[in-house]
Amino acid sequence: MTHDSPATVPGIPAGGSPEGHWLPSAFSNLGMTWVLLGLCIFFSALTWSEQQPGGAAAARGVADSILASHAPAPRVLVAVRGQPDDVAYADTLAEILRERGATIVGVVKGEPKEARAALVAANAAGEPIDVIAGSAASAAWALFTDLPTDFPALGSPSIIQPRPYAWPNFLKVENLLNIANQIAVIAILAVGMTLVIITGGIDLSVGSLIALVSVVTAVLVRDFAGGVEAGPLGMALAGLGGVAVGALAGAVSGGVIVGFGIPPFIATLAMMLVAGGGASMLAKGQSVYQVPDAFMWLGRGADLGLPNAVVLVLLLYAIAHFVMTRMTFGRWLLAVGGNREAARLSGVPVAGTLLAAYILSGALAGLGGVVMASQLKSGSPNFGQMYELYVIAAVVVGGTSLAGGEGSMIGTLVGALIIAVIQNGMNLVGIESYTQRVVLGGVILAAVLLDRLRRR
Amino acid sequence: MTTPPLLSMEGISKSYPGVQALAGVNLALGRGEVLALLGENGAGKSTLMKILGGAVRPDAGRIVIEGVEQPIRSPLDALGAGVAVIHQEFNLVPALGAADNIFLGQEVARGPAGLAWIDRGAQRRRAQALLARLGADFDADAPCRSLSVARQQLVEIAKALVAGARILVMDEPSAALTTPEVAALHDVIRELKRAGTGIVYVSHRLEEIAAVCDRVEVLRDGRNVGGAPVAAVSRGDLIRMMVGRALIEEFPGRSRTPGEVRLVVEGLSRGTAVRGVSFAARAGEILALTGLVGSGRSEVLRLLFGADRRDSGTIRLDGRPVDPRSPRAAIAAGIGLLPEDRKLQGLVLGLSVRENFSLPNLARFSRAGVVRRSEEQRACAGSITALRIKTPRQETAVRGLSGGNQQKVVLAKWLEHHCEVLLFDEPTRGVDVGAKVEIYQLMNDLAAAGKVVVMVSSDLPEVLGMADRILVMHDGRITGRIDDASKATQELIMELAVT
Repeated sequence: MTHDSPATVPGIPAGGSPEGHWLPSAFSNLGMTWVLLGLCIFFSALTWSEQQPGGAAAARGVADSILASHAPAPRVLVAVRGQPDDVAYADTLAEILRERGATIVGVVKGEPKEARAALVAANAAGEPIDVIAGSAASAAWALFTDLPTDFPALGSPSIIQPRPYAWPNFLKVENLLNIANQIAVIAILAVGMTLVIITGGIDLSVGSLIALVSVVTAVLVRDFAGGVEAGPLGMALAGLGGVAVGALAGAVSGGVIVGFGIPPFIATLAMMLVAGGGASMLAKGQSVYQVPDAFMWLGRGADLGLPNAVVLVLLLYAIAHFVMTRMTFGRWLLAVGGNREAARLSGVPVAGTLLAAYILSGALAGLGGVVMASQLKSGSPNFGQMYELYVIAAVVVGGTSLAGGEGSMIGTLVGALIIAVIQNGMNLVGIESYTQRVVLGGVILAAVLLDRLRRR
Repeated sequence: MTTPPLLSMEGISKSYPGVQALAGVNLALGRGEVLALLGENGAGKSTLMKILGGAVRPDAGRIVIEGVEQPIRSPLDALGAGVAVIHQEFNLVPALGAADNIFLGQEVARGPAGLAWIDRGAQRRRAQALLARLGADFDADAPCRSLSVARQQLVEIAKALVAGARILVMDEPSAALTTPEVAALHDVIRELKRAGTGIVYVSHRLEEIAAVCDRVEVLRDGRNVGGAPVAAVSRGDLIRMMVGRALIEEFPGRSRTPGEVRLVVEGLSRGTAVRGVSFAARAGEILALTGLVGSGRSEVLRLLFGADRRDSGTIRLDGRPVDPRSPRAAIAAGIGLLPEDRKLQGLVLGLSVRENFSLPNLARFSRAGVVRRSEEQRACAGSITALRIKTPRQETAVRGLSGGNQQKVVLAKWLEHHCEVLLFDEPTRGVDVGAKVEIYQLMNDLAAAGKVVVMVSSDLPEVLGMADRILVMHDGRITGRIDDASKATQELIMELAVT
């Protein structure tokens, strides 16, 4: 199987990350932030449309308008369809109205015929109804079109539904979270790729490492942690094992690069083939899916109000930004990438710094593999195809120079978000996926050109 | 009716954001004339030459060549107008031979138009003849990367001649040459002069100017300060014109009180570059290593600093053995090196003054790997003031600083590290006169403070002016020891250097 949304992003405005007061200065010199904002505005304008409020959030507004028009103690029938969203709306509305002195004649959550039964019963009992509160869908039921004729004892109930409002589909919370979830894996890999590119190198193996690590993790869960019966500890250990495999692959690439002076392009190209082939061998060309439902906790869960994968991404970027701007290791990376000989003659441990960059890139690719396995509840040698290119694109769009010696983590996050927003926006507007690739390629080129012009 | 001069640049102005690089500069050059263009770094020499070479466009002014105004907008335009610039960094294709480089872009072709091929035989013959005219006899097929700097320079000159250059700009042509090579270069220049080529000779080396140039033109702060025939001005006059003030003396004095022996080096060897070098350095003195380029001087410093691994030899500092297996180990032992090429080896040009300054000192500015920014900034500000580094801010990329200020940043790194041993490799190469004196003063202060100061320099007046003791190297060995530098002369040193 292929994972067909290779790129997208934390739709949380990036300012929400926990990086404190030095964030504004990190943003101020990034023209790409403006590009991202522009894209968001563009897609918001394109997806501007009428929204039907639903769920618990819609209930308060409806309660207010019922009490405004039928004070002080209206008799209300709540009638909606059986969907979870409508049920939440109906229950919340009934509760609010009761608290505020209204009489709830009934709460119907289901088919029109159930609402009819409620109306028939009220009619027979001679109880008037002042208001029928529904959703946009239930308010349109034919049942309610001629109430005074059909049910004369009810009086003439008004039908009240949530007021529709205009809002971009792009900016809906669920869409933003969707973007965030889809970009999580690429954003995680891009942290490691930024470290490597800052040293003047490249890591082409990260896409294949996703596949390898997803398979390794799933196989570990299947064979050693109890398969579908696996507990949290077993799954955590399997995930750590996967990350360790990624780190090991990074150590091999880095060792070859540092020890033998092999160009990073070649060394990681070889690792890409080894890891990709290794994943297929280990999985025997199949998906490995014998994992429990709880395996999806990392990729699909949301314990802190945000999806866990998004929390992980924000955490990683906060740490990586701190490392790059505040730690000795970050300074070493910049110095090694800017002028390796001068760095060496200034006492920077060049070999160790380079090796660490590739190990971290491998480990983060491994973490990305674990997240993707969790999101898709399986491990597959087909995961992560072409991801290395999207990851490199995110880093470069984020303003990190492929020549090394400069770059920033915030820039990379913005770059990843730009790619995600473009893909998501085109999905919303209904552009087919072949066209999307063409547009994405053009946009990457344009973004980098724009940055070049701005710096001039 | 007089014939117009070969070249006349009139009222050239150029400003960059915040800097007026050139303000109405004039420059004239006659046929067969060698004009020395002088000025401190930042005086506008290189901007003026970039304008002449088409690399930079002026805001105002005109360039007239043999009476015809030439709109030079690109290096190609310049070449078309007969102007060739020989930069310090050569523009040669390393893998191609001298002949192929000389005819690059203007190949000698044979065969029908559209299907022509390169007549390499003819190119080789013509290249060989051209090189012979320039006094060189090396194989015109040898790949350029195997040629010495002096020979590569000849290839560049030959290339310019093939392109029909009548005006040749040479930027610090002697910077990387040994003394005999400089003399040979001057013969070439005299040969070109006889043929009527006008030459602009940009250099900081005043002795050479007296030897080869006809006239000097001095720039300061983007303006003409004055010009005169070389014979009519003294060295002191030139320095005064360049810096705008009379330097009391080029080499500041210092009380010379050699103390106890601190650094002892015995039998230092690496391949054929350094063979059994032994010496001792005392507190309170400046020890100079000199000799021709390639004699192993810089290599000795690199071995002491751990930049290269020594095959054998012991190094002791204050009686304790030191084993610099890497620069990192040497730095930990209190050894600092100001490398020969500060742009390639001394600085990370894209990083800021502050980041370069703290690179070897990060361990001291940080706790658990986290850099304490305020501590770092305070130390950097202190060094900027103490060394009078001219930089707008700590955060300015060192790329934008002048050569002298860049060198001060390199020095600041090691001063901040409180190095006990400071190795200076060509400390004032490409540094303007004003900053030179300041660097000399700092070297004197270090020696006076009891540090071990070892310098390598190709600039013999600098060696004579600064050193207390001089070691002369040839072919990897020490061939001469002059224990009282005040009795040394350039002739004596040269004699020891060529053995």
